[in-house]
Amino acid sequence: MKYAFYVYTSYGVATFVILCLIAWVWLDGRGRRKDLAELEASGFRRRSAQPTVESPAKGEGT
Amino acid sequence: MSDSLAITKFSDLANPTRFLALVGKVVPWLAAITAILFAVGLYLAFTTEGDYQQGDTVRIMYVHVPSAWLAMMCYTVMAVSAIGTLVWRHPLADVSHKAAAPLGAAFTLLALVTGSLWGKPMWGTWWTWGDARLTSVFILFLMYLGLIALNRAIADPSRAARVSSVLILVGFVNIPIIKFSVEWWNTLHQKASVLRLDGPTIDPEFLRPLLVMAIAFTLLFFTLHFLAMRNEILRRRVTAQRRMAARMASRGDAA
Repeated sequence: MKYAFYVYTSYGVATFVILCLIAWVWLDGRGRRKDLAELEASGFRRRSAQPTVESPAKGEGT
Repeated sequence: MSDSLAITKFSDLANPTRFLALVGKVVPWLAAITAILFAVGLYLAFTTEGDYQQGDTVRIMYVHVPSAWLAMMCYTVMAVSAIGTLVWRHPLADVSHKAAAPLGAAFTLLALVTGSLWGKPMWGTWWTWGDARLTSVFILFLMYLGLIALNRAIADPSRAARVSSVLILVGFVNIPIIKFSVEWWNTLHQKASVLRLDGPTIDPEFLRPLLVMAIAFTLLFFTLHFLAMRNEILRRRVTAQRRMAARMASRGDAA
């Protein structure tokens, strides 16, 4: 293939950039879910995600 | 009736929890279709004929043109989101343009690098500042970087969203300049050959792989954009809950 260097480098750079984007989105998502899981484990959860109906606001965080 | 139904559906999406549920359902399908289209597109890109003048370097087009198209489409998505932030105060609009900026920067960089790699063998130069298309796309790249920096510099997300929305809309003037730069000025860069009022002037042999790759890139963008928006929503939840935790802790200390 003539000019193979230019063609393959283009596809190589494209693959690298796209893989970086996928890795960024994946790792960021995993990190944030971990943060939320840690907060939940230490007793903090969103008001809308409270498991029981009768738990009053004061019960949060205990 | 159908109008009000459509509006209800749209405003349902304003609820981040509903949006997260939708992302969970849609993204696996989008990702699967994207992967299939990339497989077909790459097969076509390397099995179709080369150009009689440009030889195999025409294959660079199948990554260069979709990247350049996404660079402009991403900015347009951000501009629509910016209107959503400023006019309707749509809760997801600022999440949308913040999440899109790094994706836009990446695809613009890809368009610049692959364009350079195509320019060297065909024009004899990697880069020229005298070319309006090249320079205006480089300005777009700088604008993406500026918007990312701005979002990071302002701690309050809603204030950052308003400031960057204004900047995005002012910067949108660059998009028609990029599109029509090849018509308005003498450029090394060729004129439009796909999106033309009189139809594409490019041979179907090249158009087929180009369209498949363009759709694959577009779906890849939306897959990544949805996931980046989900991450941003989760990040805001983490910040809000940490703040709440700190407030409760300080209240506990005071008591």
